[in-house]
Amino acid sequence: MQRKKSCKTPKQPLQDRHKIQTDLSAWRKGGRIDPEKSVQGHQSLNYQESNSKQDSLEPALSYFAKVQDRVSLKSSSALQRHLATVESIALQRGLPPEAFGVLLNTALSGKLADTVNTRLLKSLIPESVIPESSVVSSVSWLCVSKCSSNIQVLFLRWLITVFDFIDHKEDLHALYGIFFQFVQDGKMCPYICHLLYLLTRKENVKPFRVRRLLDLQAKLGMRSHLQALLSLYKLFRPELVTITLPAKTKTYFKNVEGPWKAAIKIIRQRKQEDSPVPQPLFLGTVRPQSRKRKWNTQLMIPATSTHRNHLEEVREKNSDLYSTDERFPVEQLQTFPQLLQNIHHLEFPSQMGSVLTNPLLLHYMNCVKDESVYLRLHFWLGQTLQEECTWCVAANSQYEEEFKDFLETLCRAQSFLHEGLSPCEEFLYRSLPLWDGLCCRSQVLRLVSWIPLKSFSEMKSHLYDPLAQLFFTSSLYFKCSVLESLKRLLQNWLNSQMVHLDSAADSQIHSSNTTISGLVNVVAELIHFVGMISTVALRLESNHTFLLYFILDFYETVCDMYLMYNLPLLIMPPAGVFYPMLLSMDSVSLNQLCYIMYRYRINLVAAKENEQSKKEIQQFRFSNETYQEYNQYITAMVGCLWTSNAFQKDIHPQGLRMDELLTKTAMEQHRTSLNIVYHPAMIGYAVLFLQQACPGDTTFNFSLIKGKKWNWYLEYLYAKGLEGLKLFIESSINRVSQTSRSKAGNTEM
Amino acid sequence: MESVDGATRSLPSIRRLSRGLPFGRARGRFGLSPSGRLLLPRNADSQTTAFLLRKHWALYSVTPLYKFSSAHLKAYAKLLSAFIAAEKQKGLAVEVGVELDIKVAVTSLPDLKGSDQDEDAILVQLSLRSQAYQKKSEEKLVWSGWFCSVYGDDLSKNMPEDFTCLPVFLANGAESYTSIVGSWFQKTFDCCFHRLAISPLSLSWMAAMWTRCKVDKTASAMELVFSVPHLPQPLDILYAIHPEDAKALWDTVQKTPGEITQEEVNVFMDCLYSHFHRHFKIHLSSTKLVKVSTAIASAHCDGIIKFLQSQYVIEVLMLLTELAISQIE
Repeated sequence: MQRKKSCKTPKQPLQDRHKIQTDLSAWRKGGRIDPEKSVQGHQSLNYQESNSKQDSLEPALSYFAKVQDRVSLKSSSALQRHLATVESIALQRGLPPEAFGVLLNTALSGKLADTVNTRLLKSLIPESVIPESSVVSSVSWLCVSKCSSNIQVLFLRWLITVFDFIDHKEDLHALYGIFFQFVQDGKMCPYICHLLYLLTRKENVKPFRVRRLLDLQAKLGMRSHLQALLSLYKLFRPELVTITLPAKTKTYFKNVEGPWKAAIKIIRQRKQEDSPVPQPLFLGTVRPQSRKRKWNTQLMIPATSTHRNHLEEVREKNSDLYSTDERFPVEQLQTFPQLLQNIHHLEFPSQMGSVLTNPLLLHYMNCVKDESVYLRLHFWLGQTLQEECTWCVAANSQYEEEFKDFLETLCRAQSFLHEGLSPCEEFLYRSLPLWDGLCCRSQVLRLVSWIPLKSFSEMKSHLYDPLAQLFFTSSLYFKCSVLESLKRLLQNWLNSQMVHLDSAADSQIHSSNTTISGLVNVVAELIHFVGMISTVALRLESNHTFLLYFILDFYETVCDMYLMYNLPLLIMPPAGVFYPMLLSMDSVSLNQLCYIMYRYRINLVAAKENEQSKKEIQQFRFSNETYQEYNQYITAMVGCLWTSNAFQKDIHPQGLRMDELLTKTAMEQHRTSLNIVYHPAMIGYAVLFLQQACPGDTTFNFSLIKGKKWNWYLEYLYAKGLEGLKLFIESSINRVSQTSRSKAGNTEM
Repeated sequence: MESVDGATRSLPSIRRLSRGLPFGRARGRFGLSPSGRLLLPRNADSQTTAFLLRKHWALYSVTPLYKFSSAHLKAYAKLLSAFIAAEKQKGLAVEVGVELDIKVAVTSLPDLKGSDQDEDAILVQLSLRSQAYQKKSEEKLVWSGWFCSVYGDDLSKNMPEDFTCLPVFLANGAESYTSIVGSWFQKTFDCCFHRLAISPLSLSWMAAMWTRCKVDKTASAMELVFSVPHLPQPLDILYAIHPEDAKALWDTVQKTPGEITQEEVNVFMDCLYSHFHRHFKIHLSSTKLVKVSTAIASAHCDGIIKFLQSQYVIEVLMLLTELAISQIE
């Protein structure tokens, strides 16, 4: 027992429990029937016991389900025990939905003494929701009046307090007439009126009900609860209630919150403290609000329906004022099937900002191509980002977490919509120059990757310049994340451009400002920018492998643009990127480079074939320079990996003079010492290969790898997973010589 | 827009002004002659503007209101009053249309606008009914706020029908009411309110522009308040200039009548600064201009404005509209 206790509630210190119990006794004092003494006794008695019984509500429930008539509390220890269990669990965690049926039945059936019934009713604190069925069945108990009037009143007070926790209310609405009957009951009348006030819909307002209320009022005099109900009736059906009601507003209903409200609040607070993730709230859609310093900024807006229909109706003097009209309220939109069923009479929430946190509404937004929808979101988002940015507005620095969450939501919404929102773009352009590169880094970089593709010439000053400044001065990991985000930006652009090409085929929507050549220029500008910063970064970080990986990853997208994305553009990596890759010390990068060069080749060949086969004048041709550049690279690669003939000619226009450099190393035969055996990235494989091929030989005579062994070595490398190398060698080394399309590749074994 | 009278001819040039940095262009922005004659086609009726004068108005920019219709102002007043009552009672349900302690009036002010493209200004007034005399019209105005747009065409010209552009909102009264009314508008018309701060650059524009306006009676001094940054204790410097001196200075600075350029404004301010430096050896250029007050109006950098001359209300509002639009866009 003790052990169990300690592991069940490790986080709740004893003091906490004491506090709750003082709260408990506090509200008990206010209760009508004061079972204080016995309760106190129980509590001290069952104090330890009840804690260990945290999870044993079931026995108590089954006890109450079967309990016989008139069991005395004093004489039955079982009743005492189970009652105490229910009470303590209720106050600790609230009762689960299934408990309500049983306990309400027991309490209202009059089987037990009122003291017990009162205590049961007072412990009906919901953990999550209250099933409607349990409420409906207890109303039937109310009708047979098995229980005392005090219990009836207590039940009604409970019902009013927990009204919002009832999971459905349709059946309850159906009982409207039954509830209305109780208006006659003097003691229940105020509470019944309050309940009816909560339940009343327009269709419930009937002439006979109005008459009954008016009769009652004539009999009893002006009573605030009757007035409340009457004025609500008058609101719905002004023609039925012709009497003038006093205009002065005061609180119509006494505070009926009773003992439950505080307990519910405590349980909810505790729940929020316990769970690291915010619980989905069962009440309303508002997230727990953090302290808000300004009245007009709310980062996460709950979705609420518009009330505009009412206004229209007011204008038309329509008698259907405030009727439940056909619009499907967004608050009720919970599931995807609901969305599908109601999509024709769904209305956007009153504040568009709320769609960001609501995937269903984002779906809906995607379907509805309405300019005003985007415009509303645009204004809200633009203002909010401007006002809340923690590094632009100095006073906001303490709200960084909140802003981060907001940006996170924004990122999720954008990737959900598969498009960037233009206020985010403007926000980036405005705030990047001021950004420290740390605050909300991952969110900002993800926003960057969703900047829309537009033929927009000012990318350089707005995006590239501030980004480059941060890039050069920040850590290796920041550089890598920037490269990653730019790769995603490129991919997003290429994807959107594909969609654009498809849609442009049948319509001329994107005519003026988004021409293909404009888009191609923007994409090319991005690739050149990445080439530039990669070159610098490789030098700054001394060709760090990690960096190489991200750069190669970027070019893996670039090399396939023509075939994969149908974009007439291929750009080779700059020499400052290519040569460090080629001479990289690790085989993964080299292998990746081989793969990329292979894909370049496939794309270039395809482009050439297309140019030749289609005689029509093509708008876009790859310039000869691209082919030349490719050929230069291929020559260098073949020289380094295959022919042992590296850098024979200084072919690079800027004069890399690799040959001279290599001469300076004073290495013998430097010219012939680079191939797949001697290449620094490959030599490890060569050693292992030799160990396997000639187990006895410890001299590592690499020159043995030739002829047949060369082929075996190749097979060995392929088997080690160097797929890129395989593709490269098979494509560029044998076939190039046959087609002799490329001057450079005409080397053969 | 061919002609209403000669004055309107200068309008197209106003409308052509493109957004960008407010006042940042070297082109003429305001078709005002140096004599102070307003070239604006409309002059707000001094009766309607009377209530605006000599009050401090907190400035807000407001994004376009969605589905706002000036045909429903009565209904809006009803709903807003219910909303205020509900807010006051901490969320208790309140009926719509019942008489409440706070009376809300929403009316339109057709005079407060620049061109015909501008929407009518909307005035919201909250008045407290005194408990003692319920039936009598014993009402005390506790808060007022108004939306307006004066030559706000840059914002409104491409706006879809559902949107109403009234980019400037001015509020006078307790902030708590501003917040309730603002929240209601935000919720109901999906718009955003933001405080409209006035940058020192804009303040210097106001100083220059208001200097050249002529006021009949012997006007009060033009006052500039500067705040010295980076001091342990706040230090403000008040620089008062006789309006006629300021006007004389401005007349020597301005090259083309009817046009004001950024350069002229800079020269004007630099002259004032150097004069001050000659006497006090303080470089005002390294302090921050926080407040400008002239006989026309006074403006504080926190976004507070006070109108003093009804015939210049429209002109000041035009400037504020421009500032608000540049904050919105």
